[in-house]
Amino acid sequence: MMTMTDLAHRTWRRRSTRKELALWLGWLLLVALFVFCWQVMTESTIWAFVTDAPRQAADIGSRMFPPRWEYIPALLEPLWDTLNIATLGTLLALFMAVPVAFMAARNTTPSTRFVRPVALLIIVASRSINSLIWALLLVAVIGPGVMAGIVAIALRSIGFVAKLLYEAIEEIDEAQVEAVAATGASKAQVMDYAVVPQILPAFAGITVFRWDINIRESTVLGLVGAGGLGLRLQESLNVLAWPQVTVIFILILITVLVSEWVSAKVRHAII
Amino acid sequence: MTDAGMTGATDYRGWTRPPFIKRPWLRWALYGGGLLYLVLAVASVEVNWVRVWEGLERGQRFIEGFLVPDFTSRWEDILQGMEESLTMSVTATVVGVLISIPIGIGAARNIAPLPIYAVCRAIVALSRSFQEIIVAILFVAMFGFGPFAGFLTLSFATIGFLAKLLAEDIEDIDEAQAEAVRATGAGWWQIVNYAIQPQVMPRLIGLSLYRLDINFRESAVIGIVGAGGIGATLNTAMDRYEYDSAAAILILIILIVMAAEYLSGYVRKWVQ
Amino acid sequence: MLRLKDLSKVYATGDRALTDVSLTVEPGQVVGLIGPSGAGKSTLIRCINRLVEPTSGQVYLGDMDITGLSRGGLRRARRRIGMIFQEYALVERLTVMENVLSGRLGYVGFWRSFFRKFPPASIENAYRLLDRVGLSDHVNKRADALSGGQRQRVGIARALEQDPDLLLIDEPTASLDPKTSRQIMRLIVEICDERGLPAIINIHDVALAQQFVRRVIGLQSGRVVFDGSPDELTADVLTQIYGEEDWSATIRKADEDGEDIDEDADHPGTVPVDRERLAGLT
Repeated sequence: MMTMTDLAHRTWRRRSTRKELALWLGWLLLVALFVFCWQVMTESTIWAFVTDAPRQAADIGSRMFPPRWEYIPALLEPLWDTLNIATLGTLLALFMAVPVAFMAARNTTPSTRFVRPVALLIIVASRSINSLIWALLLVAVIGPGVMAGIVAIALRSIGFVAKLLYEAIEEIDEAQVEAVAATGASKAQVMDYAVVPQILPAFAGITVFRWDINIRESTVLGLVGAGGLGLRLQESLNVLAWPQVTVIFILILITVLVSEWVSAKVRHAII
Repeated sequence: MTDAGMTGATDYRGWTRPPFIKRPWLRWALYGGGLLYLVLAVASVEVNWVRVWEGLERGQRFIEGFLVPDFTSRWEDILQGMEESLTMSVTATVVGVLISIPIGIGAARNIAPLPIYAVCRAIVALSRSFQEIIVAILFVAMFGFGPFAGFLTLSFATIGFLAKLLAEDIEDIDEAQAEAVRATGAGWWQIVNYAIQPQVMPRLIGLSLYRLDINFRESAVIGIVGAGGIGATLNTAMDRYEYDSAAAILILIILIVMAAEYLSGYVRKWVQ
Repeated sequence: MLRLKDLSKVYATGDRALTDVSLTVEPGQVVGLIGPSGAGKSTLIRCINRLVEPTSGQVYLGDMDITGLSRGGLRRARRRIGMIFQEYALVERLTVMENVLSGRLGYVGFWRSFFRKFPPASIENAYRLLDRVGLSDHVNKRADALSGGQRQRVGIARALEQDPDLLLIDEPTASLDPKTSRQIMRLIVEICDERGLPAIINIHDVALAQQFVRRVIGLQSGRVVFDGSPDELTADVLTQIYGEEDWSATIRKADEDGEDIDEDADHPGTVPVDRERLAGLT
């Protein structure tokens, strides 16, 4: 029983003592983890280089200007290649990602036990590995060039597109599916009439979104030999031609901004 | 009533699906333009089929490498690379999150004054426009080879990613709650603490974990340009044609990413 | 004719939705199915076309045992059973015409339906049905651009486009306002009478059921507890179905509404089709 005196001294605390303790312990662990990681990471760091960085930065900065604008004509063809790598890579990815997405979605997969895990494995493998690493592998296998870039972009995009798409498929309104199935429609017809119309906007949005990301990524694929602007960047870096590097950076920046603008416009038009 | 035979065939009203793009000239211009681009683009892709044919043997060795990955012969290097990758992911995420919280708050139009908003948005735009790889090239040139340059690169990239999403979250909060707290006479810090923090905290934690996952994946890439981590090890393995070691590294990356995704899903559930 | 024999359904969760339901619906008869939420109304009509698989018992449509059919046979059986849904269940992003034509999907091959090349007779029939439900002006509108009442009219047209032998109607008025609800119910009952079409209508609004149907079946915890004419729905019966409550207002209200809105509510079969009014109500 609570007496009047108890009532007068009731205190309020947001958390119980135990929870408070757990919370502090959690933060402590996080800080300890950070300090530990920091020490391991900086073991081999040569601090003389780090303290020297401002001077280096100033040095590079001064060498980067003025940009060598005459270099632009030599960049037009790689720019076209970059655009193609992103666009064709995205298209190629769509062809493979759509079936994978339907196999991964709980409500459309042919088999939850056998097919779905395989589809999910494809998705996670594709997503875990950056397009630059895919490019590194593909350049070794099929040789340097635009083709390696296209396939690298496609392989990386499958997981991305398939993941977002299968989540969209799992979120569809089942009542519409039920209604079309109730007319006696076949499985393929139910897909066409009830599932596809519902996911089409998401599909278009995901495609444009990924295309935008792929433009960014394809600008640097050339660093490992997979064609596009990165190829020229690698060449210029090798001979320390900083004024050319500046021009390439500016061009990449413009390309990225334009693609972001286009993708935002298109997504706006769809939704 | 049956649908056939009620009236003569001549009375039938036809129907075709209305086209997606209403204006015919625009429709055909878009179709034609798209087709023309595809033809030009595909035509400009040069493929050296002889080289591809020769490469198939390597491809086969790669697949064999995946089936029988070699973890042992380069284990020391792999361990060192993984250690660098993991530690720089963690440190970069922590530092990046800490920096992006004030910037994210500053980049939210509903609580930040205009000059601060402009500055913070500019920082976000700068960080987002540059690929990690390009930033890594610059940082390696300035700070020398090794994980420290990688750490800086990933921190920089984290700021753009997290501050932008945090700002959008703050702009999307339920204004009624902020208004209610403001109505009690609370100051700016109190509003942030009582009205905004509870609304965005779970998602901030979720996003931070997601970014940790991304940082780890990126750490595997920036090593290619000298910023330390497993990417450097992978690059070396590729250069030496040690495909079974490369496959081992890739499998480890996939496993760690899977584990991270599983864990972050668990933590996110726990937070909410 | 539809006949259910000892139909039972136990969900995987262990919930007993239906227990030994047996009933017969004569040709041309419109049956109102009433009962509290969770009584199994929705499960019952979904067991008839096997959108929900019954656990035991049989469903006969004419001489055909629907419960014993293979997948292909079930598809052919479903073509003969039109269904109208709560919340309409139209494919929101397709046009009105595509939604109505989807009633013919069971009759055309995949590629024809993919390219929307339906037989001219089906298209003509769809036009006539849209005229009938008063939506001639909205043929090429997207379904999500219509109001609730209009969408349910599209739902009715889609079911009729199947040229069904039986209509299953799941809470057709659950998301409509009272006036539109009456219009939709009247339309359904009129069409059933025009075509001599039997129908089962799930309905939670007792007054509405009393006003429009001539046979009411009461479901309680998955069992049939009442089967008779609307006049027999006394306070005692309603208490048995829904539980203790003051029912006098419900019963009286139904009578008043009936007089107010339609003098001939007792004989829906004789109501002349008021096309002008229907067209004006869109």
